[in-house]
Amino acid sequence: MKSLENIIPKLVIAPGLVLGFAFIYGFMVWNGVLSVTASRMLPSYDEFVGLEQYVRLWEMDRWRLALKNLGIFSVLYVGGSMALGMGLAIFLDQKVRLEGVLRTVYLYPMALSFIVTGTAWKWMLNPSLGLEKLMHDLGWASFSFDWLVQSDTAIYCVVIAGIWQSAGFAMALSLAGLRGIDDSIIKAAQMDGASLPRIYWRIILPILRPVVFSTVLVLSHLSIKSFDLVMALTAGGPGYASDVPATFMYVMSFTRGQIGLGAASATMMLATVAAIVVPYLYSELRTKPHER
Amino acid sequence: MNAKAMTEKYISRGLVYAVLLIAAAFFLTPLYVMVATSFKDAEQIRSGNLLSLPNSLNLDSWRLAWDSACTGVDCRGLKPYFLNSVVMAVPAVLLSTAWGAINGYVLSMWKFKGSEMLFGFMLFGVFMPFQVVLLPMSQVLGYLGLSSSLGGLVLVHCLAGLAGTTLFFRNYYAAIPRELVNAARMDGAGFWRIFWRIVVPMSTPILMVTLIWQFTSIWNDFLFGVAFSGADSKPITVGLNNMANTSSSVKSYNVDMAAAVIAGLPTMLVYVLAGQYFVKGLTAGAVKG
Amino acid sequence: MLKLSKLAAAVALVVATSAAMAGEVEVLHYWTSGGEAKSVAELKKIMQAKGHTWKDFAVAGGGGDNAATVLKSRVVSGNPPAAAQIKGPAIQEWASEGVLANLDATAKAEKWDNLLPGVVADVMKYKGNYVAAPVNVHRVNWMWANAAVLKKAGVSGAPKTWDEFFAAADKVKKAGLIAVAHGGQNWQDFTTFESVVLGVGGAKFYNDALIKLDPKALTSDTMKKSLETFRKIKSYTDPASPGRDWNLATAMVIQEKAAFQFMGDWAKGEFSAAGKVPGKDYICAAAPGTANAYTFNVDSFAMFKLKDAGAQKAQGDLAASIMGTEFQEVFNLNKGSIPVRLNMSMAKFDDCAKLSSKDFVDTAKTGGLVPSVAHGMAIKPAAEGAIKDAVSQFWNDDKISIASGLANIAKAAATK
Repeated sequence: MKSLENIIPKLVIAPGLVLGFAFIYGFMVWNGVLSVTASRMLPSYDEFVGLEQYVRLWEMDRWRLALKNLGIFSVLYVGGSMALGMGLAIFLDQKVRLEGVLRTVYLYPMALSFIVTGTAWKWMLNPSLGLEKLMHDLGWASFSFDWLVQSDTAIYCVVIAGIWQSAGFAMALSLAGLRGIDDSIIKAAQMDGASLPRIYWRIILPILRPVVFSTVLVLSHLSIKSFDLVMALTAGGPGYASDVPATFMYVMSFTRGQIGLGAASATMMLATVAAIVVPYLYSELRTKPHER
Repeated sequence: MNAKAMTEKYISRGLVYAVLLIAAAFFLTPLYVMVATSFKDAEQIRSGNLLSLPNSLNLDSWRLAWDSACTGVDCRGLKPYFLNSVVMAVPAVLLSTAWGAINGYVLSMWKFKGSEMLFGFMLFGVFMPFQVVLLPMSQVLGYLGLSSSLGGLVLVHCLAGLAGTTLFFRNYYAAIPRELVNAARMDGAGFWRIFWRIVVPMSTPILMVTLIWQFTSIWNDFLFGVAFSGADSKPITVGLNNMANTSSSVKSYNVDMAAAVIAGLPTMLVYVLAGQYFVKGLTAGAVKG
Repeated sequence: MLKLSKLAAAVALVVATSAAMAGEVEVLHYWTSGGEAKSVAELKKIMQAKGHTWKDFAVAGGGGDNAATVLKSRVVSGNPPAAAQIKGPAIQEWASEGVLANLDATAKAEKWDNLLPGVVADVMKYKGNYVAAPVNVHRVNWMWANAAVLKKAGVSGAPKTWDEFFAAADKVKKAGLIAVAHGGQNWQDFTTFESVVLGVGGAKFYNDALIKLDPKALTSDTMKKSLETFRKIKSYTDPASPGRDWNLATAMVIQEKAAFQFMGDWAKGEFSAAGKVPGKDYICAAAPGTANAYTFNVDSFAMFKLKDAGAQKAQGDLAASIMGTEFQEVFNLNKGSIPVRLNMSMAKFDDCAKLSSKDFVDTAKTGGLVPSVAHGMAIKPAAEGAIKDAVSQFWNDDKISIASGLANIAKAAATK
């Protein structure tokens, strides 16, 4: 009986583990293999070319720009969403009357697909149809907001739309963290005469560090994956000024008939993600036993 | 409280409300623009601006978007794609959630040698960029005879969501007091009995979180939808993208916006109606630090 | 007795098999704009009249980018569509992967070799076998102008050289209107660019630089002058052009907001759909300096190897229908292009189409007939994509100097 009991859990989880591993690691390896072939239109394993695809990748101006955009976007998107989200959470935590409604308002953008909001944002940020026209109509004739169509600034529009979508999520997590803090600590500090802002800065924020950490983690991986967002808003344009690795890989693999190159870029994306995530996972799973 | 303190209190209250309401305006504006535009007619869009209220509640765009707007030669509106998404999303959400629950249950309460490490490896799947799997998955689907079908999409979404749902449930179940489970085992309850009788009834918060999260991801997915669907099995995101990019010489913004709202309605409703459960579930420790 | 029953049996067999052979064709394409969609609907009607089913698989976006993705994953999964909208060297690339069907049976029966110009037939073949059916011939080096706007600005007739063009554009600008309607997308930028190269350097230079990708030609003074002219055009476009679809730019010309557009003759489909008359409401002329040259773009459907016999038969019928006179006439009337099938009567076509047809035949003889790079007719997708990137960057970013632009283009041309 005991041995049956031991086997059942393993049997039950086996399909999940096997399929999950095949999906994750199997395909990662497959992708890695592709990246050392000369595959162009379709995967072909006839010719292995070592690291040539990677060399070619790093020589491409477009790839380097995509990486730079990813850096700019990630920092601003994660930082902005975190700051806005936590700020909103702190304000919401002040026993505000319309909390439920406001929370829904901040959170609903997460519900929408970027194909949905990309359509709206693209129009809103269009110089001759959207925000700029509105300002002109309202009388500010010299107002100009053509970020979307300028090579230098297109990526910042992606940031704005991205923060709009994800700040609510950061807010929800921060709020959950805030609500989990013991009131007695705050009361004690108040009795010592500390002002509310000071209490937040010195006591509450440090306690929330784990929440901040996991939010930053989730947002970071979302930013590396961001494909729908860029596709819908700028399609990587103008030209390729707002290209990111995710869209780069897509274009190279499917439109340009350069699957080997696309696979190399996907491997680089994986490596970036791994560099951020693996250390976190390692520390996470090491400390867990202590906590129990 | 003296006058100064009272003023300070009111100013700070005022500040709090001001900040929150301005933020609310920022978040609501795109939705307002989408909805307002969908009710305007072409003339009003051309002459007016983003924020102007519609002159009347013109429902034509909505009708067009639903059943007769064209994407190429196909002029059946969004309806067929909406149905495709429903047929695809419901099984995918239910299956991936159930599977995640069972996996989470095993990994939190029936640990065996190496299970923690295996879980750690599986976790990486949450962060993997999905571009990597597009081509290999196509080959696999072809091999299984599921290519360009809704069934194929369901399978892909289940596999892609596996790591995430397992994570949610495992973290949640890890917080259930061991005494409960041990007591049940001493009473002779086995693997499945404990699951059905004890664990599942306690799972409501995390079930809500996972169902909402999965539904949102799957309904809104575009990448898998465009890569793996065939002529008949396109989900609504692909249909919407086609429609928004299909243009005659006059771009019908009102129809595009109506279509966008229709596409976003199910997930928005879920968040409006069940959003509080989402937050409650998060508070209950779904995504712990 | 025996003979009769044998005959009857044979007839019955033929009837039965042809009924059983009514197949289904799934057709992948990205013709989703008004004029284009109407044209595809014609082909669907013809196929349905033959008893076949048409499964339409339109994938919008990016001038075929999304469609290419779907096609790739479908082929990789072993379940390709019957036909896909593929053109130019991409056809040969797909064929070299061994996934295209051999259409020689249909081609021989329909005598394609006699009905297609050599330069077009070569693109449809791989190693001597037909693998794709051509639909039309587009001329890319057109310039479209709104007659009323030109009149208002005091411009008399379409400019024939680039100097004349800039003089006219200045007049339009002074009159308060936009001189050039442009849609800021990769392929549109390049459509304008290749017309500039053709106009500044002539057909031979175009061949050397953009088709043979000769580094000497790509860094020559002629190319430098082309880039300068190209950049000058930008100053006559409006700031909202990035991302704009081509047909919305055409709409600007139709609605008298802009004077000129550099676009292939599919723009004519939009004019026709809006009820405008050539010569009266709008003018079609070769882009400045390119009157003796013809940049062609041939749309085609490549046919994939299928397993089902009924589908194969339907596929053969599809190929035959595409080259058939009925479709050739109706489709091209709607789309603004000319039939690719030779010796067709041009009576129903308008003056611009007639001019196109005449020039097509003439330039084939003089060597002025060149494939369009912007539309994937000339070089492999990898190099084409890289060059388009470089040219679009140059167009969009004024800070890139002419010298850098030259260097970037030359580097991109070396992509394998």
